[in-house]
Amino acid sequence: MLRYVLSRFATFLPTFIGVTLISFAFIRVLPGDPIIVMAGERGMTQERYDELVVQFGFDRPILAQYWDYLTGVLQGDLGTSYVTKKPVWDEFFALFPATLELSICAMIFAVALGLPAGVIAAMNRGKLFDRTLMSTALVGYSMPIFWWALLLIIVFSGNLGWTPVSGRIDLLYYFDDVTGFMLIDSLLSGQDGAFTSAVRHLILPTIVLGTIPLAVIARQTRSAMLEVLGEDYIRTARAKGLPPGRINGMHALRNALIPVITVIGLSVGTLLAGAILTETIFSWPGIGKWMVDSIFRRDYPVVQGGLLLIAVMVMVVNLTVDLLYGLINPKIRKR
Amino acid sequence: MSLLRLRNLSVEFATTGGRFRAVDQVDLDVDKGDVLAIVGESGSGKSVSMLALMGLLPWTAKVTADEMVFDGHDLSKMSARARRKIVGKDLAMIFQEPMSSLNPCFTVGFQIREALKIHLGMDRKAAQARALELFELVGIPDPEQRLKAFPHQMSGGMNQRVMIAMAISCNPKLLIADEPTTALDVTIQAQILDLLVRLRDETGMGLVLITHDMGVVAETAQRVSVHYAGQKVEEQPVRPLFRSPHHPYTSALLAALPERATDRRLPTIPGVVPGQFDRPQGCLFSPRCPYADDHCRKVPPAPRGPDLGLARCHYPLNTDERLAS
Repeated sequence: MLRYVLSRFATFLPTFIGVTLISFAFIRVLPGDPIIVMAGERGMTQERYDELVVQFGFDRPILAQYWDYLTGVLQGDLGTSYVTKKPVWDEFFALFPATLELSICAMIFAVALGLPAGVIAAMNRGKLFDRTLMSTALVGYSMPIFWWALLLIIVFSGNLGWTPVSGRIDLLYYFDDVTGFMLIDSLLSGQDGAFTSAVRHLILPTIVLGTIPLAVIARQTRSAMLEVLGEDYIRTARAKGLPPGRINGMHALRNALIPVITVIGLSVGTLLAGAILTETIFSWPGIGKWMVDSIFRRDYPVVQGGLLLIAVMVMVVNLTVDLLYGLINPKIRKR
Repeated sequence: MSLLRLRNLSVEFATTGGRFRAVDQVDLDVDKGDVLAIVGESGSGKSVSMLALMGLLPWTAKVTADEMVFDGHDLSKMSARARRKIVGKDLAMIFQEPMSSLNPCFTVGFQIREALKIHLGMDRKAAQARALELFELVGIPDPEQRLKAFPHQMSGGMNQRVMIAMAISCNPKLLIADEPTTALDVTIQAQILDLLVRLRDETGMGLVLITHDMGVVAETAQRVSVHYAGQKVEEQPVRPLFRSPHHPYTSALLAALPERATDRRLPTIPGVVPGQFDRPQGCLFSPRCPYADDHCRKVPPAPRGPDLGLARCHYPLNTDERLAS
């Protein structure tokens, strides 16, 4: 098991270096100059501009700049925002809990509905439930997120007035951040109705963000289940006289989980990318919105650092997924 | 009253090319302590008929039978729930591929205890004790450690022993072994067959052995049922069958045994089992039969009497008159 963990971990490093390179190059390829953006409409003198170029180190060769950045990153220094002058690290962790809270809720929503839906569809292959579910999943998968979000806002916030349009909680409530998770903080604050308000704010963003992962998980679960149900050991389980619930829910599902967990792991990437849109639409103060703003400001350290941290998170999730394989299927552990 | 009584069992599969009849009007009887071998080439419907009995066929299969009586219960008239109380308990089956027939995600101990808990309502401790006992019974060395092993950590022969232990865990009245030794090497084959026969002797259960290996038949079976293209073409006790087969197909099968070869080339039966689209009008074996005439090609033969091994043949071999003439 230890060798398996180490071998998985060894693939982590080259990917990490690659991501630093790409995030460094990406923002520099974009047209625009952070110094000019910073100056805004007032503009600045040539002397002041040259001074700032030296100050930010833009006069040095690009490779030297990358080397500075990489050594900084490896020492845990992601740089300081050009705009707010705060360390990228601090800004990220101030905003990240909001994104994490939304992503976790979206993932729970997607898994809690997608997994059983896929299993039931596989058990009723070709019947009405299966067909309805699979075509709905296809629609959900193909729908543009922003359009789906607007549609839900119009119906549930606009017409029906059931849910708030934006933000994390009503302006009525104010309390200090403890964990950064609104659901937990609102409970801790002990204020009447704060928690309910936080939940109501979460509903629509969760549905919007969770829709694509939900569709993918449902379809993947179904096809994995169908494949497993044709295996010899399922015939053995039936020959033992086990009830169908136990055969499908235990003998088959456990084997079908491997591809499903892969998809769940990959969905985390989709989720963070989707969070950028979802957060912008619902004015959700998370890293998605922060990244978009920083790109417009050409805030190099923030974009680089943000991309890197998101990429590392996706990598950590996929590493966890690789380790989970071993737990679910002992055959993989041995290899 | 026999333990298992099948009358007029047919299985049809719905395929894109229409209905395909995999089992065609098969009658079978198995008594307690009986060892019945079902032999035939691939595609003769021997496995399918037993899977139909177990209720293990996919939903594309349509099973019909006048009688499918096991131990006094007509399985064809029971609900799936009631049937599950019998299947896996009194009626058990083992399969050809032991490696893929066990679930890779669970220890073999878990898989064996599962059946004990569900059918006999044993608690964990009792099930564990019984599993140990079963592993010893089927000759698995170091049973306590092996119960904790996963299927991929054991050999094919060991896994087949696990399958057998699992199948006999609830003291079944009938055990169906579907080519249990095909995937194993020769020395292990003999051990597994010995084990099956010994278990039959000790428990008095009936044993149905599906095989295409005539050597296995000669060593283990008491009665032999020969199947061809979904039909039972002959049934006899093992000695008379080997001495005087009545159906030309049985005779050709026996002639194809390598032990009986006298020539440098091994004898074969020319042609293949008819499929969905080339099913003959008359006797199904007629295109490959050296004795067939126009009558055989036009009129399907009915089974003959017990004295002629119930042979489905217009001109059975080794009859008294033929011997006389």
